[in-house]
Amino acid sequence: MSFKLNPKMFLNQKVLEKPEMELHRLGFGEGLLEAGKKNEAVVGLCCDLTGSTKMDLFAKEFPERFIEVGIAEQNMIGIAAGLALEGKIPFASSYAVFNPGRSWDQIRVSVCYSKTNVKIIGAHAGISVGKDGATHQGLEDIASIRALPSITILAPADYDENKKATLASAKFIGPIYLRFGREVVPKITTSQTPFAIGKAKIFVEGEDVTVVACGPLVFEAIKAAQALYPKIKVEVINSPTIKPLDCDTIVKSAKKTGAVVTAEEAQIIGGLGGAVAECLSENYPVPIHRVGIKDTFGETGGPDNLMKKYGLKSDNIITAVKEVILMKK
Amino acid sequence: MSDLDTLKLKKIAVDCRIDMLKALANAQSGHSAGPLGIIEFFVAMYFKILHHDPKNPLLPDRDRFILSAGHYCPAMYVAMAHSGYFPVQEFIKTLRQFETRFQGHPHNLALPGIETTSGPLGQGISQAVGMALAAKIDKKNHRVYCLTTDGESQEGQVWEALMWAGGKNLDNLTAYIDRNFIQIDGNTEDVLPLEPLADKYRAFNWHVIEVDGHNFQQITEATDEAKAVHRPTMIILHTIPGKDVKEIENDYTWHGRPPTHDELKKFLPELEKIKKSL
Repeated sequence: MSFKLNPKMFLNQKVLEKPEMELHRLGFGEGLLEAGKKNEAVVGLCCDLTGSTKMDLFAKEFPERFIEVGIAEQNMIGIAAGLALEGKIPFASSYAVFNPGRSWDQIRVSVCYSKTNVKIIGAHAGISVGKDGATHQGLEDIASIRALPSITILAPADYDENKKATLASAKFIGPIYLRFGREVVPKITTSQTPFAIGKAKIFVEGEDVTVVACGPLVFEAIKAAQALYPKIKVEVINSPTIKPLDCDTIVKSAKKTGAVVTAEEAQIIGGLGGAVAECLSENYPVPIHRVGIKDTFGETGGPDNLMKKYGLKSDNIITAVKEVILMKK
Repeated sequence: MSDLDTLKLKKIAVDCRIDMLKALANAQSGHSAGPLGIIEFFVAMYFKILHHDPKNPLLPDRDRFILSAGHYCPAMYVAMAHSGYFPVQEFIKTLRQFETRFQGHPHNLALPGIETTSGPLGQGISQAVGMALAAKIDKKNHRVYCLTTDGESQEGQVWEALMWAGGKNLDNLTAYIDRNFIQIDGNTEDVLPLEPLADKYRAFNWHVIEVDGHNFQQITEATDEAKAVHRPTMIILHTIPGKDVKEIENDYTWHGRPPTHDELKKFLPELEKIKKSL
């Protein structure tokens, strides 16, 4: 039998040979535009980054529902909370390093504690933002937001899933943090691939080890699984919802495989890696290895060079898989 | 405003001071000086200025009142209680107590009529801007009012919000600042000077009115004046922190502490005397 993707997920088969590429952030831009057409309560706020966050698509179509806040992320979240209290569905966007990086207290009090229906958008998340350097690489956003009660965290894998996550966020009642990267990423999912907030999905079925990934690392996990097949049969779980984590799906898989690797373009401390480790150690302890940013800042460089240097490629997942299997009892 | 109106409001203000001090003494926690100094403002708001209905806190066309400086909430709670939002006795007995609706800093989900949560300074003014903006988008005519304080104005977020509202001529927003010159560490001008405060607001394209914050007539007239201006308005309320309790007046050490039960016994006759003199 040859390596195959889970047929129930309607994934893009081309990802295994010659992946089609698309801008990760474009999914947000198109999703917001569509959400705006469906519901006139949707409003967009941005801090002088309308083009690069792709909010310009919405702003052009709905200028009366677009709010240019200027470079003031704390004020943006406050204004968004005020709009939400009046029944609007605000999407408040900037780069992840600034939002939630600079607006955490406003997110904590004006959004989470107040349960205002604000969608916080962290664009240019991850190290792959590249040449702007460490100051602009949002790596701590997941950890900092995970500690807040009553917020949902989404980190979609690719363009299509980002679009779905944006549309689902507009329908979902409650605070959401949605993060995605700047670069083009392989198109893994299709418009038919199922997506639901709070659900992880098995993209590749396997029995020897589980890899739980989110964001652009889902592609690297599939590549690793393909390379290891058939010697090691890797189960790849895409977990676009980091909070609340779909612990049931992950535990079920861990019971089958007995070892887990996590993969993300963020700090493993408090990130997806931290979340999966907490879920498993409380419910079904198995050996775990975490692929991601390991308690360090990034630096200037091209995305690919940085992903390699900081250990975020399929090779790193392969190494982690081999090591974690040795730890199995 | 008629003399009778003013007399009525003055009587309510004394009652509010008495009940608030009782609640603070019961709680053995909370802020005394600022809330005592801002009582006339809250009485003016809930008994004269706001279009609202205490029995229908979500009245769609109500004016929105946002307290940005959350630690002033005892003064807001007591004025709201007297206007009919909730029982005065519940406020007196449960302020800051375990499992109370009267949280130490106000929470939008804990009590009816509380529009926003506040505490960390500067967040309310941004939310007020958002609510005023929503009214503009929806072409609604209600107004948005927000109370800030002088110490609070050291927070950068306040100026982000003021810059935006001024820059965008958000004329359905009226903000007030309690200019009482005290904060926890001392006089505001010693901690970090705010003057020339009125000029700062003007530079941010706000219309500025300065009033005696204990004068009902001046507060309501300034509020009316703001309605006719095509910019946001900042009304500077010059107040005496600790107003009407001589031992507390103008003493910054009373910023963040409640009266002891013994002190309360001393203070209440002072206020009862004022009440009788009205």
